[in-house]
Amino acid sequence: MNRLKLLILLPLALALSGCDFVVLAPAGDVALQQRDLVIISTVLMLLIVLPVMALTVLFAWRYRQSNAAARYEPEWDHSTQLELVIWSAPLLIIVCLGAVTWMGTHLLDPYRMLGRIASDRPVDSGRAPIEVEVVALDWKWLFIYPDYGVATVNELAAPVNRPINFHITASSVMNSFYVPALAGQIYAMPGMETSLHAVVNKEGTYKGFSANYSGAGFSGMHFAFEGLTDEGFDAWIARAKASGNTLGRSDYLELERPSENVPVRRYASVDREIFNAVLNMCVEPGKMCMSEMTAIDAKGGLGMAGIENTLPLNYDKSARRGAVFGPEPAYVLGACSTDAPGAREARDIRAPVNATPLMGAGLKPPYLGQSRRSSTSFLSALRPKSDS
Amino acid sequence: MFNNPDLLKFIFGRLTLDSLPLHEPIILGTFAVVAMGGVAVFGAITYFRLWSYLWREWFTTVDHKRIGIMYMILGIVMLLRGFADALMMRMQQAIAFNGSEGFLPAHHYDQVFTAHGVIMIFFVAMPLVTGLMNYVVPLQIGARDVSFPFLNNFSFWMTTAGAVLVMMSLFVGEFARTGWLAYPPLSNLGYSPDAGVDYYIWALQVAGVGTLLSGVNLICTIVKLRAPGMTMMRMPVFTWTALCTNVLIVASFPVLTAVLALLSLDRYVGTDFFTNDFGGNPMMYVNLIWIWGHPEVYILILPAFGIFSEVTSTFSGKRLFGYTSMVYATVVITILSYLVWLHHFFTMGSGASVNSFFGITTMIISIPTGAKMFNWLFTMYRGRIRFELPMMWTMAFMLTFVIGGMTGVLLAVPPADFVLHNSLFLVAHFHNVIIGGVVFGIFAGIAYWFPKAFGFRLDPFWGKLSFWFWVVGFYFAFMPLYVLGLMGVTRRLRVFDDPSLQIWFVIAAVGALMVFLGIVCFLVQIAVSVLRREQLRDVTGDPWNARTLEWATSSPPPDYNFAFTPVVHDSDAWWDMKHRGYSRPLTGFKPIHMPSNTGTGVILAGLSTAFAVGMIWYMWWLAGLSFIALIAVAIGHTFNYHRDFHIPADTVVREENARTRLLGAGAKP
Amino acid sequence: MSINVNPAQASTAQPIFYVLDEHDHAEGGSTMLGFWIYLMSDCLIFAILFATYGVLGSNYAAGPAPKDLFDLPLVAVNTSMLLLSSITYGFAMLSMERSRIAATQVWLAITGLFGLAFVGIELSEFRHMIHEGATPQRSAFLSSFFTLVGTHGLHVSFGLVWLTTLMVQVWRFGLIEANKRRLMCLSMFWHFLDVVWIGVFTFVYLLGMLR
Repeated sequence: MNRLKLLILLPLALALSGCDFVVLAPAGDVALQQRDLVIISTVLMLLIVLPVMALTVLFAWRYRQSNAAARYEPEWDHSTQLELVIWSAPLLIIVCLGAVTWMGTHLLDPYRMLGRIASDRPVDSGRAPIEVEVVALDWKWLFIYPDYGVATVNELAAPVNRPINFHITASSVMNSFYVPALAGQIYAMPGMETSLHAVVNKEGTYKGFSANYSGAGFSGMHFAFEGLTDEGFDAWIARAKASGNTLGRSDYLELERPSENVPVRRYASVDREIFNAVLNMCVEPGKMCMSEMTAIDAKGGLGMAGIENTLPLNYDKSARRGAVFGPEPAYVLGACSTDAPGAREARDIRAPVNATPLMGAGLKPPYLGQSRRSSTSFLSALRPKSDS
Repeated sequence: MFNNPDLLKFIFGRLTLDSLPLHEPIILGTFAVVAMGGVAVFGAITYFRLWSYLWREWFTTVDHKRIGIMYMILGIVMLLRGFADALMMRMQQAIAFNGSEGFLPAHHYDQVFTAHGVIMIFFVAMPLVTGLMNYVVPLQIGARDVSFPFLNNFSFWMTTAGAVLVMMSLFVGEFARTGWLAYPPLSNLGYSPDAGVDYYIWALQVAGVGTLLSGVNLICTIVKLRAPGMTMMRMPVFTWTALCTNVLIVASFPVLTAVLALLSLDRYVGTDFFTNDFGGNPMMYVNLIWIWGHPEVYILILPAFGIFSEVTSTFSGKRLFGYTSMVYATVVITILSYLVWLHHFFTMGSGASVNSFFGITTMIISIPTGAKMFNWLFTMYRGRIRFELPMMWTMAFMLTFVIGGMTGVLLAVPPADFVLHNSLFLVAHFHNVIIGGVVFGIFAGIAYWFPKAFGFRLDPFWGKLSFWFWVVGFYFAFMPLYVLGLMGVTRRLRVFDDPSLQIWFVIAAVGALMVFLGIVCFLVQIAVSVLRREQLRDVTGDPWNARTLEWATSSPPPDYNFAFTPVVHDSDAWWDMKHRGYSRPLTGFKPIHMPSNTGTGVILAGLSTAFAVGMIWYMWWLAGLSFIALIAVAIGHTFNYHRDFHIPADTVVREENARTRLLGAGAKP
Repeated sequence: MSINVNPAQASTAQPIFYVLDEHDHAEGGSTMLGFWIYLMSDCLIFAILFATYGVLGSNYAAGPAPKDLFDLPLVAVNTSMLLLSSITYGFAMLSMERSRIAATQVWLAITGLFGLAFVGIELSEFRHMIHEGATPQRSAFLSSFFTLVGTHGLHVSFGLVWLTTLMVQVWRFGLIEANKRRLMCLSMFWHFLDVVWIGVFTFVYLLGMLR
């Protein structure tokens, strides 16, 4: 069997050399730290897994039936010392791993503002993070750059070494926004906003896609992520500006309809409120925004008067039908204006605010071991110096 | 008359000719094969006049042993279907490169991976595990049957009814295209308007009734029917794991029932649980279904742990090391399995504190699991290990499962999960634990207890062939998926752009083909063993020199299991009996009180199937009628007060004397 | 689980490895335990429905809130119906213990009438709400309300069918052991529904009015 395994390993080793292990060699600092955690955890566990595997083979060989020389103690079934060892060895590993997990989870919380842009570079306070609003549609991605007033479909770009703040939602079903080279994924969910903070450190074109199955066109729901120089990024924005397309509410409703393998599209101008409207599920005119609904509900609803405040749904991107025993599909009418959903306030609480250092947003994380002042990663002491 | 659309709509609901997949050649071909196979089986049964025998002795039986065997047959039949799905997926992913669309359109492919998951968990792993527990547990505790023999029969048929519904979806209509957990909003009416999700819901609901009742039944059996002297801490470890598994079933399946009921309310009545527009929340579904889903994983793996414990100690010729810590480890796993569900969706953005809590509880589970692993190791230590087939599966398990456990703990580190979640790494991980743990365990259990059930061993040559195909095939099929996961490839993709990935998918497909050969060899092994049964015959009832009570009786055991209820003095009761001069009683037999067979279980399950079909296709008359009939038959059954009989002492004497003769013939060398 | 040992064997030094007397597990010996376990699993279904109501119960979708809809005096009457039915069921069980068939049947019938009244009042409450437009589809709050309360109502209705069946069986076969056992099971079921209703009344109605 061992020889067999070697035979298996040989072509594997050959094949491995030509592959792009993007999870193990990412281009963004966040993904790099996540990679480090993967490796540290694996090494920690190998400390116990390898001996177990070796002992399994050893015992199986040594105490095989044909080996009459080995000791045979059929009634031996208890040893307090051994029991202590076999419970405490995994326990110790898990204590270490648990500590690593606790810190890593808080430091690499996707909702947390970046503390650095690379292991040896703190965030440049003079360079504001770039904001990107991401909408998962059936089955393509819409990226809105509110600061530049442009938007793209299925192409994402960011200048290197500048923090990116993603605000993510979905129009219909759940997806997961994932650029493996950049940072870990986070779900894109309808009516909800998730955040991701990331930075790309190397120029290049990377793959991005949905990592959560979302229906028939799921396989084609990928996009290119461009890590560009500042000049390259300006040119990229200018290219979008030159496209001449506009993305207003009606354009969005058109775009939102299901379509597969959509080519890249650019929009020179974007309705400023479109992301909020998508997030609050009120792009359709007259529909009540979720934020408004939540505010009304918090005050106790609209009472019996609110019952009739619905209209039959006449627009629907996916030919939604009513349930067989239910009424026709309907929606809740907006009570006030259709605009100004006031969702910005919901955004402001997205970062966890907590006084304890480990959970604080934007606070300096604790240090592990001897590390340079400028570094903000607890993993920095363990990291090879070559990557930057 | 048939031109009247209203009448047609009334009779057939939304079922039309278009619902039949007449334009899909793959499904038509499958249908032809299944239909021919079905006709052949039916014809053979009719030709050999077996219907009456099957009905009297098997379909209506309340004997836990026969029900256990029927569960195993169901699981193996469904394994073939589930594995066909797996092969199709592997082929599709191996060829869909360089602009090729492969051979499966999205409409079909998405059903295939959904059906694969649903079938493998609910209709392969669950019946196989339940079947083993059903067969072995009453024997291990020295009982005549389970606590509620009729419920046992009913549970089996409800599980079968669920499987029938899933199979029906292949040829009438379609199955869900949502992934095996049917997350809304995708599974809501808006995005899945056709009958697929309804098939999913009703198949799981119908089978869920069976699973829940079987859980209640086995808990009662273990708590109430243990032989005198068998205290809780003298129960065989397999019985312990069965107890914990059934506690998990009873404490988690109602959650599945409830959450699927909410989903069906959304789909049938238009309520707003999982749609955003009127204040619902789809993420609640994800939470609720994983509150069931994670314990489900342990429902499957715990009995496998029990099997490995029995096998290791038997084939090492040695007491199980650390029985007490083994029991506590099982109980700890049972409890902790309720505290980890959120690790299935760290990426939902629950916040760092919540994520790390669930990540760490997940890691804590690995402590008792690790202790179990060491206990098996030290059971082998200073033993005399016989590498028979069950022990070979156990060795493969120990070497494979630790890898799966390691990647599992890795995925429990939230930041690592952010880069590996939903990737093929995850797919490789859970196949690594489910195949390396549950499936290997089931095969070990089948090889171990088959002589008990049928009186002859399984053929070792074909068994070893099957073993090597399975193990090597598993590594070929899933190690490439780990690699692909590290390359950032996500799951459930149908076509690929990057040609450099193809080689890995080809290797995985080769692995899947090897596993397929393993399954074929397993079936051949059974056939060959039946043909060679005289050479493989075991008359002692104890072919492995084993340790627990089920080996104290004959193989196959008589209907009443034990002529006299055994008295237990040790956790390895049969070993203790053998070593302290137990002699089989030869006289003094008395009539034995046993439950009678009944056809009510079959009828109720059939009516449930009809009800489910009515609900799925909106044939309200069918649903209504079968529901009323269901209630009527159930009430009618309660008017039958005579559900038991006595096996006459003569019969017992005859059976026991036959065994005495066999033992006399077999015992002399 | 006492060991019935043949005294002739007990005197020898050889350990006893089997029971010579047929160790007869009384039929239905596990029924109470089994039914109790089933009830706990049912309890879990209610727990999920309560949790759902807890999560969605304040999402009115800009529609009516509990205080707009609930008629607390009516619910109080309804609650008393169910509580009284539990008491009368208790009387039925006392009569059963004394083997008084007629008294048992009368108390069971009264229990059934109270149960019927409960279901009737609940249905009229539902009808009224739906008539006013507060349908289960109007908001997630109403969906979870109707599902939680409706599931309880379905259980009571099922209990009524069961009760009727048992009354027929007691009438035909008398208070035999099997029927007593079934009455005990129904008793547990009925009191269990009472306990669940107290949860519903407190959590849904009283707290709903306070909100």
